[in-house]
Amino acid sequence: MAGIPHDHYEPTTRGEKWLHRRLPIVGLLYDTIMIPTPKNLNWMWIWGIVLTFTLVLQIVTGIVLVMHYIPSVDQAFASVEHIMRDVNGGHMLRYLHQNGASLFFVAVYLHIFRGLYYGSYKEPREVTWIIGILMYVLMMATAFMGYVLPWGQMSFWGATVITGLFGAIPFVGESLQTWLLGGPAVGEYTLTRFFSLHYLLPMILVGLTAVHIWAFHTTGNNNPTGVEVRRESKEVAERDTLPFWPYFVIKDLFALALILAIFFAIVGFMPNYLGHPDNYMEANPLVTPSHIVPEWYFLPFYAILRAFTADVWIVIAADWITGGIIDAKFFGVLAMFGAIIVMALAPWLDTSSIRSGRYRPMFKWWFALFIVNFFVLMWVGAMPAEEPYNTISLIASTYWFAYFLVILPLLGVIEKPLPQPETIEQDFAEHYAPKTGGTKTIVNPAE
Amino acid sequence: MLKQLTLSAAMVLALVASPALAAGKAGKVKDIEFSFEGPFGTYDQMQLQRGLQVYTEVCSACHGLRYVPIRTLADEGGPHLPEDQVRAYAEFYEVWDPALLDGDGDFRPAKPTDNFPQSALSNAPDLSLMAKARAGFHGPYGLGINQFFRGMGGAEYIYSLLTGYTGEEKEEAGAILYENTAFPGGWISMAPPLYGDDVVYADGHDSSLSAVSKDVSAFLMWTAEPKMMARKQAGFTAVLMLTILTVLLYLTNKRIWAPVKNRVKEGSTPAE
Ligand code: HEC
Ligand code: HEM
Repeated sequence: MAGIPHDHYEPTTRGEKWLHRRLPIVGLLYDTIMIPTPKNLNWMWIWGIVLTFTLVLQIVTGIVLVMHYIPSVDQAFASVEHIMRDVNGGHMLRYLHQNGASLFFVAVYLHIFRGLYYGSYKEPREVTWIIGILMYVLMMATAFMGYVLPWGQMSFWGATVITGLFGAIPFVGESLQTWLLGGPAVGEYTLTRFFSLHYLLPMILVGLTAVHIWAFHTTGNNNPTGVEVRRESKEVAERDTLPFWPYFVIKDLFALALILAIFFAIVGFMPNYLGHPDNYMEANPLVTPSHIVPEWYFLPFYAILRAFTADVWIVIAADWITGGIIDAKFFGVLAMFGAIIVMALAPWLDTSSIRSGRYRPMFKWWFALFIVNFFVLMWVGAMPAEEPYNTISLIASTYWFAYFLVILPLLGVIEKPLPQPETIEQDFAEHYAPKTGGTKTIVNPAE
Repeated sequence: MLKQLTLSAAMVLALVASPALAAGKAGKVKDIEFSFEGPFGTYDQMQLQRGLQVYTEVCSACHGLRYVPIRTLADEGGPHLPEDQVRAYAEFYEVWDPALLDGDGDFRPAKPTDNFPQSALSNAPDLSLMAKARAGFHGPYGLGINQFFRGMGGAEYIYSLLTGYTGEEKEEAGAILYENTAFPGGWISMAPPLYGDDVVYADGHDSSLSAVSKDVSAFLMWTAEPKMMARKQAGFTAVLMLTILTVLLYLTNKRIWAPVKNRVKEGSTPAE
C-alpha cells in the first residue's frame, strides 16, 4: 500500500494476540488514530472534524426528534409545536437540529474552499474529492427534505418550487415529478417519503465518511505546501509528520470547542436568526408567500438556477439548436447541476502541476475572486428576480463556470509558479525559525 | 491569504445568511423596550398576566391559540397563574370532544390539559406563533444581526399593528379595510381591536392604548416562545462550559506542540 511508513500495532498480551489473529480491529483503530499527519497543517484543516461532529449531532438530535414527530400533513406542524412546548428539552433539540444544519454547511463550504485553494483535489486525491462532492450533494438533499418536515409555509412552497424543477426536464419531466412527489402535488405522500429519505441519507453519509477517510488515509493528507510527505523510510517520514494523536486530535478539539461556543450562543440567544418567519405558519396550499426563498446554503445554486433567463443569448441558442427541447427553464436546471459537476471535475480541469495556491501567484487572485463571487451569488439568490439582480446573477454564474472551465485549465499553462519548499520539514522549520534574542516565538502555523 | 479570506468569508456568511434580506415592502415597526430582549432578558410575569387578560377579553372573540395548552399558563417563567385559577380559567372555553355522546362528539367546558380553542372567526389567523411568524426588524442593512439584542421584532410588529391605525377606512369587494401603517400593504381587514381603557386591570395598571397593546404583544411573544427563558439559560450554561473547555484545550494544545516547535527553534537546520 502506498501509505506513509509508520509504526503498527503489536499485540502483546495473550488476549490481544488471540483477538488480533481473529479480528485485527484494535490494529485498525490504532493505525487510524496514529496516522502520520503532515506537521504543518494549518487551521483550515479543522473542518473535517467539525463536519464529522456535526453529522453525529444531527443524527443524535434527529433520532430523538423522530420519537415525537408525526409525518402527516394534518399533524406534522402540530407535532413540532408539541416538541417545542411539551417534550422535555424538546425546544433545545429542535433548535440544535435546525441550526446544526447551518453549521454543517458553514463547515462544508470552508472545507471545500480549503481543498480548492491548496489543490487537495489533485492527483492522487481525486477519489477523496469525488466522494466529498457526493457527500455534499447528499447533504443538500437531506437538508432540503428535512426542511419540508415541519410543514410550514416555506416547507411547502420550497418543496413545490424545487420539485417543480424536475418537471422542466423534457419528455420524462412530468412523470418524474409525479413519481418524486408520490402524487400530482406536494402532499401526504411527499411528506412521508421525504421523512423516510431524510432518515436514510445521513446513514449513507456515515458510510461515505468512512470511505472518504479511508481514501485520504491511503494517500495521506495534503498540507499547506502541497509538497508530499517523504516516504523512503519511517525515519524520514517522521521528520515531515506527527502522529494524529495527540497532536491533531487536541488541536482539532480546541477548534471544535471554540466553534461550538459560538454555535451555542446562536442556538441559545437567536435560534431563529437563520430561519424564515413564514415557516412558523402552517402550510397552506391556497396561500402563496409573497417571496419564496430557500435556506441560505442553497442560495448560490438557486441564483445560478435563475440566472439563465429566456433572453440570454446562450439560452436562445440552446433553444434554437435543440429545437426547443432545452428551453430557459431546463437550461437553468442544467446550469445548477452543471455548477456542481464542474466542481467535481476540478482534478482534471486544473492543469497546473503545483498543488498549493500559496505558490501560484496568478491563481491566488482568481481564487479570491471565486470566493467573493460565491458570496455575490448567495446575496443575489435572496433577491427578487428583477433588474439589476438578473444581470448580476448572470455575470456571477458565468464566472463560476469560467473559473473551472477556462481559468483553471489556462493558468496551469501560462502561470510561472513560485519556488516551493523542498520538504514539509523545511516549511515547518521556516515558520518556527529561531528568533534572535526572544525566548517565545509567537508564530502561527496558519498562513 | 486564505486565512483573511476565511475570516471575512465566515463574517459574510453569517451576515448574508439573514432571511431578513428577503423582506418585502414591510410596514413601519416601532422599536419598543421589552423585558425579554437581549441574551439575559426575561418575561415579566405581571405583564404576561395582564396580556392574558387583554387576549381573553378582546382578541379571543375572533382569534385562537390552538397550539398552546391551557395548563402552561401555570408554568414558571410564563404567566405563572395558580393551579386553581388555571382550572377556573379553562372552564371559560368550550372545546369539541369527539368522544362524547357515544362518539358523535359534543362541546364541553375545557380542562387545563386541553389547548386553547382555534380561531372563532375563520379569517382571523391563529395567534399562537404570530410573534415568530412576523419579523419586525431587518437592520442594520437588512442583515438582521441586531436580533441578538432586540429579538426578531415580532412582538414589536404586533404592538405597531395594534397602535398603527390611522382611522381611514375603505370598502373593497364588500369588505371594510382599515388603514394601518404597520401592516404590509397598508390596509387590513381587522377593525381596530383596541382603543385604550378596553380592560380594567385589577392592579390598577395603566390601560392606555399603548400600555394595553404592549401587554398583549408580550403575552403573544410568550405563547410563541414559551421556553425562551429555559433556552437562554441552557445557552448561557453551554457557552460558559465550552469557553472553559476551549481555554483548557488551548493550553493543552500549546503545551503539546511546544517541544515540536522548540526542537526546530533550537536551530538545527534540517539535514538536506
Ligand atoms: C373582530 C375580530 C377581531 C378581533 C377582536 C381581533 N382581531 Fe386580529 N385579526 C382579525 C382578522 C379578520 C385578521 C386578518 C386581517 C387581514 O389579514 O387582513 C386579524 C389579523 C391579526 C393579526 C395578523 C396581522 C398580519 O400581519 O397578518 C394580528 C397580529 C392580530 N390580528 C392581533 C390581534 C390582537 C392582539 C387582538 C386583540 C387585542 C386582535 N387581533 C383582535 C380579526 C380580529
Ligand atoms: C459530511 C461531509 C464531510 C465529512 C464528515 C468530511 C470529513 C473529512 C475529514 C475528517 C477529513 C480530514 C481532513 C480535515 O480534517 O480537513 C477530510 C478531508 C478531505 N475532504 Fe472531507 N468531509 C466531508 C465532505 C467533503 C466535501 C463535500 C468535500 C469536497 C467536495 C471534501 C473534500 C475533502 C478532501 C479533498 C479531503 C482531503 C484533504 C486533506 O486532508 O488533505 N470533503 N474530510
